[in-house]
Amino acid sequence: MLSLRTLSLPSPLHRTLSTPSITSLFTSMSYGPAPEDDSAARSWIKSHDGKFGAFINGEWIKEGEVVDNVCPSDGSILSQTHQAPISLLDRAIESSEIAYKSWSTLPPHHRARHLYSIARNLQKHSRLLSVIESLDNGKPIREVRDGDVGLAVRHFYYHAGWAQVLNEEMPNYSSLGVVSQIIPWNFPLLMLAWKIAPALSTGNTVILKPAPNTRLSAFLFADILKESGLPGGVVNVVSGDNEMAEAMVSDTRIDKVAFTGSTNVGKHLQKETAGRGIKLSLELGGKSPVIVYDSADLDGAVEGLVNGIFYNQGQVCCAGSRLLVQENIYEKFIEKVKRRMSTLRVGSSLEKNIDMAALIDETQKKRIQEFVEIGREEGADVYQQTECPDGCYYPPTLITNVQSTSRLVQEEIFGPVLVAQTFRTPTEAIKLANNSKYGLSAGVWTEQLGLALETALSVKAGVLWVNGHNNFDAAAGFGGYKESGFGREGGKEGLYEYMKLKWKSRGQKTVSDQIIARSDNWGKETLAPLPSSPTSSSTGLPSVDRTPKMYIGGAQKRPDGNYVLPIMSHDGETLLGQVGAGNRKDVRDAVQAANKAALGWGKRAAYNRSQILFFIAENLSIRKEEFAKRLDAMTGCGEDEGMKEVEESISRLFTYASYADKYGGSVQETAFYGVTTSVNEPVGVIGMVCDDGERPLLSFISMIAPAIVRGNAVVVAPSEKYPLAATDLYQVLDTSDLPGGVLNIVTGESAVIAKTLAEHQHIDGVWYFGDVEGCYNVQKRAAGNMKRTFVCSEGRDWMVKQQGEGEEFLRESSEVKNIWMPMGESMSGAGAAY
Amino acid sequence: MLPTLNRSSLRAISHHGRRLLSGAPASGGGDVGVGQEILEVKGPSGGGVGGGDKQDTVKGDISSPTYGVKYNPGMPLDLKWVESVAVNKSGLEQRATQLGGRRTVKKVYQAAWLLRAISCIDLTTLSGDDTEGNVRRLCAKAANPVRHDILEKLGVPSNFGLTTGAVCVYPARVKDAVSALEGTGIPVASVATGFPSGQIKLEHKLAEIEQCVEDGAREIDIVLSRDKCLRGDWSGVYEEVKLFKQACGPNVDMKTILATGELATYKNVSKASLVCMMAGADFIKTSTGKESVNATLPVSLTMMRAIRDYYDESGKEYRVGYKPAGGISTAKDSLSYLALVKDELGDTWLNNDMFRFGASSLLGDCERQLHHNAFGEYAADYYMPSA
Repeated sequence: MLSLRTLSLPSPLHRTLSTPSITSLFTSMSYGPAPEDDSAARSWIKSHDGKFGAFINGEWIKEGEVVDNVCPSDGSILSQTHQAPISLLDRAIESSEIAYKSWSTLPPHHRARHLYSIARNLQKHSRLLSVIESLDNGKPIREVRDGDVGLAVRHFYYHAGWAQVLNEEMPNYSSLGVVSQIIPWNFPLLMLAWKIAPALSTGNTVILKPAPNTRLSAFLFADILKESGLPGGVVNVVSGDNEMAEAMVSDTRIDKVAFTGSTNVGKHLQKETAGRGIKLSLELGGKSPVIVYDSADLDGAVEGLVNGIFYNQGQVCCAGSRLLVQENIYEKFIEKVKRRMSTLRVGSSLEKNIDMAALIDETQKKRIQEFVEIGREEGADVYQQTECPDGCYYPPTLITNVQSTSRLVQEEIFGPVLVAQTFRTPTEAIKLANNSKYGLSAGVWTEQLGLALETALSVKAGVLWVNGHNNFDAAAGFGGYKESGFGREGGKEGLYEYMKLKWKSRGQKTVSDQIIARSDNWGKETLAPLPSSPTSSSTGLPSVDRTPKMYIGGAQKRPDGNYVLPIMSHDGETLLGQVGAGNRKDVRDAVQAANKAALGWGKRAAYNRSQILFFIAENLSIRKEEFAKRLDAMTGCGEDEGMKEVEESISRLFTYASYADKYGGSVQETAFYGVTTSVNEPVGVIGMVCDDGERPLLSFISMIAPAIVRGNAVVVAPSEKYPLAATDLYQVLDTSDLPGGVLNIVTGESAVIAKTLAEHQHIDGVWYFGDVEGCYNVQKRAAGNMKRTFVCSEGRDWMVKQQGEGEEFLRESSEVKNIWMPMGESMSGAGAAY
Repeated sequence: MLPTLNRSSLRAISHHGRRLLSGAPASGGGDVGVGQEILEVKGPSGGGVGGGDKQDTVKGDISSPTYGVKYNPGMPLDLKWVESVAVNKSGLEQRATQLGGRRTVKKVYQAAWLLRAISCIDLTTLSGDDTEGNVRRLCAKAANPVRHDILEKLGVPSNFGLTTGAVCVYPARVKDAVSALEGTGIPVASVATGFPSGQIKLEHKLAEIEQCVEDGAREIDIVLSRDKCLRGDWSGVYEEVKLFKQACGPNVDMKTILATGELATYKNVSKASLVCMMAGADFIKTSTGKESVNATLPVSLTMMRAIRDYYDESGKEYRVGYKPAGGISTAKDSLSYLALVKDELGDTWLNNDMFRFGASSLLGDCERQLHHNAFGEYAADYYMPSA
């Protein structure tokens, strides 16, 4: 273990060293200082008298407690900010609501012009933005200049384009309303752009809260908005701390919350927004693997790691923090990594001759130190070879001799700390890569195309970089699987996060206190019903009992509790049948079966999946009279209406059978020499609870068909009131070649099943159609492992295509993965750097 | 860990009758006093590429450099290694592009680096119309590369003795250059083996090398047979280069020109680099200057990585020099190359024993930039004595 030498590199802020002679420099060939001039940035701060506040309705409001804006590079105070009191939030929301009325109804071209203007003005002030961001955040000026600012500008251009063509491209969608956006400190300007650009382009107005330690670029952005001529109230920037963030989320006038930050806060927000019918998108933590195969360009992979884990001091949610190296090249590769690390330079953020600069603050430094200390205690080898200036700096660090069981491998460190492990085979590499609660991004290094693609499609993560790391572009969505959050930022997929189907309302936005108070008891199993009067046939003999069991793993399974629920006719006079009363254990078994089936099903050819769905439709069609009669008996809709519902169900099966091979993804037109492709992957296992409406067969089919055809395995609770429409399908399913476990049906009380599904950690998504109370409880409970939720308390007319079928369901059945594949072999040719 | 003075450093001292720059590294040293002093500064033990070996790693502003010396006895052709080479274009180009943004030198540092760049130039003329006259003019410039008042203003001592690394000419001009450079210690490099195309017979190639050596060339820049490279005949390339090295003899440095622009892919460049080093090349060099694409940073990175891999594979003993040539014409370019060398190979390679620029107009731009450094004004090129 070696000790770090502490060296005071010349800081642009406190330069004391005298200049060496030219001959000694000729000998030493050292780089010397190359500081960026910060005078323009400081004069901008001065133009605000060194004090900032909230930017509401186009005006600066300087009220509230004054706090310092600290420069992480040297701990100096750059400026001060009045932290907006919560009362100011009211004014902000009011102005946003007023602005929304006109902003959302602007002709597309006018909104496009505004976004274009923002892009242009950002570009004009790119140098100032770079310096401000670097001063305020501590990140290397070079990274901001070559990365963050250009990307931020790109996002506004890209979304100016969407504003222009929105009516043509998304005719069925409209804006949401007022959006609360809470952004982190690691990419203050870029996250602002990722949030604001799509929100504005789709017609929403925004209340943005920058992180308390990095507010300056948001303030400068506000100045630039004024210059760009954006109407007041369209974007409000509030300065504030956690209390403000809470208020921004809990306010019942808000239509959406967008958050980037830690997984813990993300889970909290999932609970806070539960049941309110408002949108939520979360971009959270990660522990992204970088897989290096023995067929890789090892030097290239080393550079990929430098870009992956040491970029922005490793304070990046998608940092490539978990190195997985094939065992046969491990020593050689690690030596290369170490050698490269020894040439990295750490110094002041405005210094141009550095690779890494300051961490955000001492808290973060302490956190990183503690993690590394854990590693040391566990006996891991810690490699640190870079001199750091005094202060808030941490050297690039490599941890070897560490196992999956270590916290260093499992948890997000959010610093320049790389942990290395080995694997033997591609299968093992993928398994280790997926051995994480996170799923934000991953890198794979190999010169073998087949291996690269198979790995890219097998690792569960939202962004996959082949032979690269940290490629970004506005035209490709960014966001994660699993506990890395949900929703995407960028690309067309990102627009949906700021839009809703036109027929939907803005949501009730609030959940009653009673619902919240009794939440703990929701979904508890109630007493089983007592025996009731026998069913008889006209012959006087007892009819042959057909009490359906659960449908689990492709077979009928007796309910674990061995209780049944009576299903009465619509007039309540005839017992139509009984169904099993599903309990926790039935759900558990079903989830197990679904997980077993999910992998293979997801990999089946789309053609095959469509064939099976067509087959189900065909077999349903053979028995349509029987189903129509059953529907009539249960709901009293009349046989004609029953027949219509069956016909519509068959049509719906046809629709989704058709989409088996027409929703795979697209090529994203990024500024990247290669192919960036978005792939719509299955979510995995989806738990579903159908509504109790009058279309029990159609609602059931409308939910399971898109999910199944897109490669998910499903555990579904059919309508509690009319479950027989679903249980009658068992034989249809059996004769349609649907593999066991792909569709599992658990009958019983909706709430009981919903609760278990929502809480089960081996389920990736949960759909709930029912009342507000159910939506609330499902969404709240889904936060445990951050399931994607698709809930609806509005009630749908399933017979209306717009409401009952289409892209919405396909999207909810999919997880968007963006794969970045660079191309090129020859030295010349388009796109070559030289 | 290697000893402070190894075979290669002794060899370098013995066969180069050059004077050294005071306080500066150079290709060996006739001036034993200074040479000794330099060699005692630090062992040539791999310096910046030493990886985990902290002692030898040069960095920061308090560095004292280590100087390596070329040493490459060659090794048997390892086709398995050659064939397993992997170069990822996008990864490579990204690194090469980023470096320019991550490293920069300013003010007196820049001036020092430009002096270093000049000391590494193989000042070159390779034209059909070369005569004794323009070769002599070039040699004079090589011996006095920067106007004296500029050096004086920059605080460079008068005995500093800045020269270019070598003068590079066609075989027919070797004698002219040798006579013009007499007493300067500047070596003459000659291109050979049917430069630039290499499309002549082997016996003529060998005869050409021998003639150049006989005429006094101390460095020979040979060209590869691109036909062999493109057909994947790496053992053919290996055998030929080995013969070239034999023809050069023990006291002449051989630079192998890959003609990277004609090898088409980085992978080919990497393979050719390895094969040349295995065959005993003292330098590997990018281009003749006559191909449509000459030296670039990504190609340089490819070749430097090959040099590093070769060094590693030899148990960190064999050090091969690097020479980018063609298309490097601005002072700024030269600084990027030096930074790439510094960061990829380490300070060991950052001197004219291990690194050369093949260039003709680069010197003029460096001189003008130094003028700006010294006097704060940009000078017209006609204010600089021409080569």
